[in-house]
Formats: sequence, structure tokens, C-alpha cells
Amino acid sequence: MATDELRSLYQEIILDHNKNPRNFRKMPDADYVLEGYNPLCGDHYTIYLKMNGDVVADVSFEGAGCAISKASASVMSTVVKGKTKQHVHELFDLFHNLVTGKHARDVSLEELGKLAAFAGVSEFPVRVKCASLAWHTLRGALDQRKETVTTE
Amino acid sequence: MAVTAAIGTSRLARAFDVDAVRSEFPIFATRVRGKRLVYLDNAATTQKPRAVIDALRRYYEEENANIHRGVHYLSERATDLYEKTREQVRRFIGAGDTREIVFVRGATEGINLVAATFGGANVRAGDEVLITAMEHHSNIVPWQMLCEQVGAKLRVAPINDAGELLVDELSNLLNARTKLLAITHVSNALGSVNPMKDVVSIAHSAGVPVVVDGAQAVPHLRINVRELDCDFYTFSSHKMYGPTGIGVLYGKLDLLNTMPPYQGGGDMIKSVTFEKTIFNDVPYKFEAGTPNIADGIAFGAALEYLSSLDWPMVTFYEQELLQYATEQVKEIEGVRIVGTARDKAGVLSFVMEGVHPHDIGTILDQEGIAVRTGHHCAQPVMQRFGIPATVRASFGIYNTKEEVDVLVRGLHRVKEVFN
Repeated sequence: MATDELRSLYQEIILDHNKNPRNFRKMPDADYVLEGYNPLCGDHYTIYLKMNGDVVADVSFEGAGCAISKASASVMSTVVKGKTKQHVHELFDLFHNLVTGKHARDVSLEELGKLAAFAGVSEFPVRVKCASLAWHTLRGALDQRKETVTTE
Repeated sequence: MAVTAAIGTSRLARAFDVDAVRSEFPIFATRVRGKRLVYLDNAATTQKPRAVIDALRRYYEEENANIHRGVHYLSERATDLYEKTREQVRRFIGAGDTREIVFVRGATEGINLVAATFGGANVRAGDEVLITAMEHHSNIVPWQMLCEQVGAKLRVAPINDAGELLVDELSNLLNARTKLLAITHVSNALGSVNPMKDVVSIAHSAGVPVVVDGAQAVPHLRINVRELDCDFYTFSSHKMYGPTGIGVLYGKLDLLNTMPPYQGGGDMIKSVTFEKTIFNDVPYKFEAGTPNIADGIAFGAALEYLSSLDWPMVTFYEQELLQYATEQVKEIEGVRIVGTARDKAGVLSFVMEGVHPHDIGTILDQEGIAVRTGHHCAQPVMQRFGIPATVRASFGIYNTKEEVDVLVRGLHRVKEVFN
């Protein structure tokens, strides 16, 4: 059996999203397309974003990388749909604080929802860049940036 | 196979006392995450024997002074010790003259030195520099920079699916415009050993000088630069059980003499006026500024330690270990070895179906196993094999079959997690 730290990192939800990533497809009619690439570990994704005014109409992604980066992109794609730009930015901060261990105690599990599965990442500082790659890329797409995003 | 392995082991156990070797390396007393350290990242850097650590401490406690200029006791002593390392290096690599031994920070600086000086003086617009498809970034980028600067062309000799250099193709790429061949002796990502003597001879018959990146070779093979007949050979102390921050560029004396200096400053001059500077003789011409005295002296302790070992036995032991590791890891379902050259040294690179190397590295780390995951500063090699990264287990003189078994158990654990 794996150690407790490992179990907390590789939670079922993460393994599941790694194996069967959601919204894992090209989006030909996307409004914004942005690449996220960490050359050192080889995590490489393209995030597709479609907006309806200020609201995220659809998000999808393609690419390859480690389980943490892929599951993070997949879970992210399921939680940001239908959210306003402002709300996505809030979720970004929430996620970032969670994986870097700065997560405030008063944030409820309910608010975190599926993102809570990534709490274990904070015990593995070198993996924070994997978990946050998709989120940084999505934020770049929302901000209409063009240059490839990296978290290394 | 098991019977052969067992016989091989008992023969080895008599001939090569790995426990004695391990006892010279204090780091193995360290526990990692509550586990015994299994250090399989030797291609990145090796651990240091007590003699090296003692030499460092002794230098700062008893011998510290600047070298080559003081008239006082300590300066003379430090100078003697530092220059003694130069002589040890000369002997260790079979060079003919200590003036051919230039101290640098490491193999990367050695290559940059050749690119800036020999390259700067000899490579012109329209010329070509030839490298191979298995080079570390440090034997690609300096040449790319040089070629861009002068308008020359960088050409690349291909490798096959096993990770072996295609020597005939390399031969075909040599032409009248080729000014230099820069090639690794042993690939850091694949472990392939290049037939260096043949390659040098082929290049020379086309009139092309050869610079060899020996960083991954010197820890595993006893090399002789005069036998190889290479023009330059460079390596790093820290990959051969010595300290970081010091390395060697060997160059043939007549070539070094014709090359312009690398950096300007103290120690590389004979006299300076505002009108003219007279440069020092080789190798000091290439050693501007106060060098890394402490690590240079401790490097001497590493060479002394290595010279005390029975090298045919070391090579035999390491080959057996690599073969054992290859057989054991290959047995694991879904594992593919990357780099299956007939002649290999020290490196076992692999990928596992459905699991990214980075995840494997994290899980192995929980077991106290240190491996490298990623592109190993050889992105073109990864592209050649169509993969973003590999797991690399790399071996040294102190590794054991038991540690290989721990690695294999760790890999089964990876499969458990990812079932």
C-alpha cells in the first residue's frame, strides 16, 4: 500500500480525471486558445475557451502531462463552466492558495467542492507547478494573452 | 538467467567489495523520508567520499590562501596542492603535459571555452559545426550561439532507434566546410557509448578536429586522451565523486597555444599596461581570476580515491549492475526502455505506459529512491523518441543489486497507485 502522503496526493478523483479526462477535446469555434507548457517536466496543454459575454460558455483542453496536471485541467474544466470571469478569478485564487498551503481555514469544503482533492499537492512543493499549469493558462486565456504560459 | 546472475554476483562479491566502497560515502547514513537512501541520480551528480569532504574542510581550516602570487607559506602550499591536482588529472586521463589541462567550472564551461576561443578564431560564415542527435543541451547551445554569431551552419549526425550513433551518416556529413565535430562520449539521457576512437579517426581523416563531452564517460570508463587522439576532452569533477564547481578541459598543446584567451583578468596575463597586455602561457591564459582553489584541491582527493580502485573491476561491476537493472525493469509490464544501444554505461532510461515520469518520480521519492525525471537537458533526444520525458535511473560505484530491487518494488508500487 502506498503511504498516506501519496494517497492524499493521488486521490481517487485525481486518478479518475487523469484516466478519463473531462472536456478533453479540441474546440474549433473557441474564442480564445492558449498553450500552457512546462518544458522541464514536459506538461503541455492547449486550453480552449468560449465566452458568452462575461460568462464562460465552454472550456475544453487537449495535451499531455503528468496525472496531477491533467486531472487539474480536467477538474477545472468542469468547475468553471457557467461562471463569470470574476468568479473564475476567485476560483483561481482559491485553488492557488489550496495547492500552496495558504488555504484559509474558514473556506468551506462546500466552496472548494471538487477542488478539495488537490489539497494534498501542498505537501509536494515541486508538484505545485503541475497542478497550477491549467489554471494559469485559463487565466491567460481570459486575459486574452497570446504567449505560451508556463509555471516553471 | 537467474543462475547466471547468481554466479555473477558471487564472483563479483569476491572481487569488488561494494560495502567497503559505500562505507567511504557518509551520505549513505542519511535517511530519506524515514527510508534508506537509494541514490540513482548519479548522472546528475555523484555523492562524495569522505576523502573529498575532508580535503575541503582541511583546506579551509589549514591551507586557505590565494595561489600563484603570494610569497608566503600558505600561498605556496595552496598553489602546490592546486597544481598537484592538475598533474593528477593529467595522469588520470593519460595526457602528455600538464599544460594541456585547463581548469574550468565544469564540462559546460569547457565546451563554451572551445566555442568562444577555437570556434571564434576558426569558424567563419558558411562553415559548418557538426554535432550529434544525442547531445546534452550544453553541447548544442554553445555551438548554436557560435553559428548564429558568425553565420555558420550547425549540422546534426543522426542516431538509430536504439540510441546508437550512425557513424556512416556522421562520416557523410563531414566535408571541407566542417570546422569542428562536437560529440558526447556517453549519452546522459540514453547511456549510449560512442565508438570515440573510430569517430575521432574518421573526423581527422577529413581534417576535422574533435571536441569530446566526457562528462558521463569519465565516471564509468578509464579514458586515455592520447589513445583517443581527440583534440579536446572536457568533464566535470562533480559527476566523478569530486566537488561541484570545478572541471577540466583537456586540449592538445599546439591547439591551445594558437587559441586566443577566453576571459580577461588576473592570472591570465604576464604583464599589463594601458597600451598592451602580454598574455600568460597555457593553461593559465585560459584561467582568468582567482580559481576555485578549494574544490580544485578536493578534486585531487577524488582522483586519488578513484585511482585507488581496481578499474577493470569497477567497469565490470557497473556493467553487471546495469545489465541486472535492465533485465529487472524490463520485466515490469508496460515498461519500455529508452536507449538500448549495445554499448552502454551507467544509465537506464525508461517510460511506463499510462503513467507520466513525473508521477513515477514522486512515488519513488516516497520510497527514498532518487531518480531523475524529465527531459534530462536533452530535449532533441526526447523528440527523437517521441516522448516528453523519461525516468532515468543512473548508477555509480556504490550502487547495489539490492537497490535495484528496491527500485523495482517502487515501480510496482507506482502500478498499484495507478492500477
